[in-house]
Amino acid sequence: MTRVISANKIKDVVADLCLEANFILRKDVLAALRSAFLKERNNRAKDILAAIIQNARIAKREKLAICQDTGLACVFVEIGQGIRITGDLKSAINKGVESGYKKGSLRNSVVRDPLQRGKSGYQPAIIHIDMAGGNKLKITVLPKGFGCENKTQLKMFRPTAKIEEIKKFIVEAVRASGPDACPPYIVGVGIGGSADYACFLAKKALLRRVTTSPRHHVTSRISKIEQDLLKQINLLNIGPMGLGGKTTALAVNIEIYPTHIAGLPVCVNISCHALRSATAEI
Amino acid sequence: MRNLKLKAGDRFLLNGIIYTARDQAHKRLAQAIKQHKKLPINLKGAVIYYCGPAKTPRGKIIGSCGPTTSSRMDEFTPALLEAGVKGMVGKGVRSKEVAKAIKKYQAIYFLTYAGCGALLAKYVKKAAPVAYKDLGPEAIYKLEVKDFPLIVGIDARGRSIYE
Repeated sequence: MTRVISANKIKDVVADLCLEANFILRKDVLAALRSAFLKERNNRAKDILAAIIQNARIAKREKLAICQDTGLACVFVEIGQGIRITGDLKSAINKGVESGYKKGSLRNSVVRDPLQRGKSGYQPAIIHIDMAGGNKLKITVLPKGFGCENKTQLKMFRPTAKIEEIKKFIVEAVRASGPDACPPYIVGVGIGGSADYACFLAKKALLRRVTTSPRHHVTSRISKIEQDLLKQINLLNIGPMGLGGKTTALAVNIEIYPTHIAGLPVCVNISCHALRSATAEI
Repeated sequence: MRNLKLKAGDRFLLNGIIYTARDQAHKRLAQAIKQHKKLPINLKGAVIYYCGPAKTPRGKIIGSCGPTTSSRMDEFTPALLEAGVKGMVGKGVRSKEVAKAIKKYQAIYFLTYAGCGALLAKYVKKAAPVAYKDLGPEAIYKLEVKDFPLIVGIDARGRSIYE
């Protein structure tokens, strides 16, 4: 049977998700930060990790944004085939973002014209719509700050490229980010698809749970690559704020997709330590 | 002078007035300096904080207010230092030109906790936009801070914590 969901309801849910994501640091990210704090031996790194953990506590308690860069709202929507939406979905999402950001005193960081810049507002959001089975509607809001978004790299490899070349590209992308993108990072990687799809996958990889346990990817072959990359990245000695230490990244999340016989797109999308997202199902 | 005593890597608690300015405010300030126009704030001895705060929630002094990436300001920084700026607060590395200019004008570049805007808001005792208000979050805010936590990134001799 068809389930009817009103655009108005979606607007309210999106608004709430914007607040939750910006005020309450994801549990998995917080747990990874705590475990990094315990493992870190470098005093300065430890002090910075403690400040980051304390910051999350204050943000949650006082309903203050975890970071003043409350990002460009990236919204992922999965619509069950059995759902009919009354009203305009995209406009509901944008209105929800605007209303949530205003309510939470979040930052208006969106300029209408990328070249002329000018006055800034809250939206449009970056909206990714996908279809799924069932009759549920799943919405995720990922506010992406631009300190780290600016470090994104895409490379179109030859189809015969060795895995070592790809790994080197990913590690170098992290090295090039240095201290600027607010380490410790969560490294999102998209491999396969087309150029644009690899970038989408890299972003989507950031939605996956952050964990240092080696079995968090369905494909153990990919999981092994993730673990190896994490080890290499944490030997870079960038550390929290780029001031040294063994915590340069908390996790490497790879998403893969079939691709063309002539190519092998790889995109690296880095997240700062304030990896924020919130999900709801209607 | 105090700037000369601090070394890269030293921790420091700042008390007093700092001005926020980021990309667009830097562009305007640098242009105004070049055209010998009157500046909206006095840069002599000023400390500039690379920050665009979140909006101020009701009942609070300021919203989340952590540092933004300093290197985006590099192309404008030597002009601001020549105009009298003595301190900068941000995150990340600076260009060689900026390090040279810091040494030349005996200024100082500080780092502060990156991505910790809620925590840093605690050290701000007063806040008000004072210039370029049309820029919204990129306006220049005058902040009065108490024990604002800093680490010296580049000292007045041009030495960097990252090297």
